[in-house]
Amino acid sequence: MSIAPRKPPLQFALRLKRALGGRAGWNGLAAQIAFAAILAWIAYEIVANARTNLETQHIASGFGFLNYNAGFDVNQSLIAYNNSDTYWRVFFVGLLNTILVSVIGIVFATVIGFIVALCRLSPNLLLSRIGGIYVEIIRNLPLLFQILFWYLAVLAALPAPRQSISIFNTFFLNNRGLVVPQPVTEPGLYPFIAALAVGIVLALGLRRTARRALFQRGQMIRIWPYVLGCLIGLPLVSMLIFGGPLQFELPQLKGFNFAGGARIIPEFVALTVALSTYTGAFIAEIVRAGVMSVHKGQMEAGSSLGLSRAATLRLIVVPQAMRVIVPPLTSQYLNLTKNSSLAVAIGYPDLVSVFAGTAVSQTGQAIEIIAMTMGVYLLLSLTTSALMSVYGWRINRSMAA
Amino acid sequence: MKRVSLAVILAAAAALSVQAASAQTLKTVKDRGQLSCGVSQGLPGFSAPDDKGNWTGIDVDVCRAIAAVVLDDPTKVKFVPLSAKDRFTALQSGEIDVLSRNTTWTVSRDTSLGANFTGVTYYDGQGFMVKKSLKVNSALELNSASVCVQTGTTTEQNLADFFKGNNMKYEVIAFGSIDEAVKAYESGRCDVFTDDASGLYASRLKLANPADHIVLPEIISKEPLGPMVRHGDDQWFDIVKWTLFAMINAEELGITQKNVDTMLKSDKPEMKRVLGTDGNLGEQLGLTKDWVVKIVKAVGNYGETFERNVGTGSPLGIARGVNNLWNKGGIQYAPPIR
Repeated sequence: MSIAPRKPPLQFALRLKRALGGRAGWNGLAAQIAFAAILAWIAYEIVANARTNLETQHIASGFGFLNYNAGFDVNQSLIAYNNSDTYWRVFFVGLLNTILVSVIGIVFATVIGFIVALCRLSPNLLLSRIGGIYVEIIRNLPLLFQILFWYLAVLAALPAPRQSISIFNTFFLNNRGLVVPQPVTEPGLYPFIAALAVGIVLALGLRRTARRALFQRGQMIRIWPYVLGCLIGLPLVSMLIFGGPLQFELPQLKGFNFAGGARIIPEFVALTVALSTYTGAFIAEIVRAGVMSVHKGQMEAGSSLGLSRAATLRLIVVPQAMRVIVPPLTSQYLNLTKNSSLAVAIGYPDLVSVFAGTAVSQTGQAIEIIAMTMGVYLLLSLTTSALMSVYGWRINRSMAA
Repeated sequence: MKRVSLAVILAAAAALSVQAASAQTLKTVKDRGQLSCGVSQGLPGFSAPDDKGNWTGIDVDVCRAIAAVVLDDPTKVKFVPLSAKDRFTALQSGEIDVLSRNTTWTVSRDTSLGANFTGVTYYDGQGFMVKKSLKVNSALELNSASVCVQTGTTTEQNLADFFKGNNMKYEVIAFGSIDEAVKAYESGRCDVFTDDASGLYASRLKLANPADHIVLPEIISKEPLGPMVRHGDDQWFDIVKWTLFAMINAEELGITQKNVDTMLKSDKPEMKRVLGTDGNLGEQLGLTKDWVVKIVKAVGNYGETFERNVGTGSPLGIARGVNNLWNKGGIQYAPPIR
């Protein structure tokens, strides 16, 4: 691989100079220190100036408000919350709602994106036209408009709670959302989870063995019956011995709404649908570009080996396309997360709505709250970016191997 | 993202502008030749543009009265429509000179926001609106209801207190703007829409069939609505405060838009003091002697403004009730001009 002559290893001082000052050496280092000092001074001035101005205007400042009672309710919360909890709790309630809609949105957007891209690439004229029309319509309409459309469209189509659409008297669909039986934990839950975990570990081990056998000795081992046994059999055994892990509480109509049972609110559904269809259109184009970047000869090579079109795509084309796909895909994921802040328009209680909205107007501490909110979005974006970088790095490594 | 970025810009401006803290609002307004007044994004009767694009309403008339005394021209007002959650930041940052936007006077807003309330333009209280078809007659029958509300107001906390205090369950759906909340209520997402009672009547006008909805009798909170100015400028605080007091005093003395010119010839000492034909009370405020005349000519007295915008002569048709003068069975009471 490497034909170029090896460079002699750098001396310690030289190496340090290189690391700190780049190509410009010690001069570069001085410039960097000066630059950092100016940045620090500007940051200090901004904070000090803001603080003095807030004090002279008698505007409350600081983060003490986070420990006060919020005094308002939120209609969807992944952690226990009521109106006598603190603003800290409100912050986490909003954050988790944002993460929930982003993660589910990303999963659906990716699935939609890949399906639409494969439609567009399909030799079937009808499929490719449908894919093209989808992309052109969805990506050319403003997202806020689409969110409102889905919300009002979803609401308009659904009946009032008393006329709910009942599915086996277990699921109820109405304009307050989808009411589903609520799982209640039973003593059998922990053995069940343990059995499932053991099953997963065993299945992964089997897969490893099978792959090693395939790559090193060219031996095909049929493992799926054993994998199924581990994943389904073990938990079943645990259920027989310790009893079921969950029981389901059925919803019942009481007064205006259903009591008991859990509920998926229409705001969540509308926001997830809008975000994932919208981002899906962009992902479709990225995937299409990625697949088309793989040379046609790869496809022909696949068919000359006797692989089907689907198998060629799955085993040969897509893995190579992923190298091109992953970086722009990451920025679509980031866009989706940031776009979820449009939730306030349809009353979905995300971070911007409950924390940078209600909490700001109740405490008046806009600077602190907006800074925290921006920090959170930055952190979410950097985390997504980092995870995708690791994924991209693994793909590149496996390609090189 | 638009809302956030606006809040960010305003917050940054509040933090960084040195000018905002100075006590020069009167001079700034005169130099600019225009009053910058924060109003709602459209609440009929309080502040809303009419079909020709002119802003009208009680809150708007307060702005026009201030422009009349300060700039001698009630039309020299720039109206800045603000959402409930952006309003205080806009005032803090100096983007507006006065906030006249159906804002409830509370202790926390009077202290921690760096702003002061100058008086009460309208005594309001929070109520509930429901569809008649639900056959609900009292707010105490609303157990397990879904409630639509606008975010960024005192309404959310009152709502939580009311339902908790009466041991009732409910679900709240909070929207960024009042129009979206009303639309969701109309589409059946909520059983109940809650807002200040005046706001409920105003929103009901926007519904397809206003007659199908009723406002429940319970008023669950005190919502005294009034204008706000920044801390640290006592002269400006006095001007805004006494503009409203002058409107109320004018009604009490029977000075109206029509008869103000004849009243100028009055011999009554109190009338002469108020209208500036005797003494220099206006100049003490940093204004002119005939400041009350300017206000009444521009927008009329308090009663005239009320009737024109929200009273029985307007589409809202709200009775004077507690907003009547103190000597006519209400609680509107202004300190004397002397």
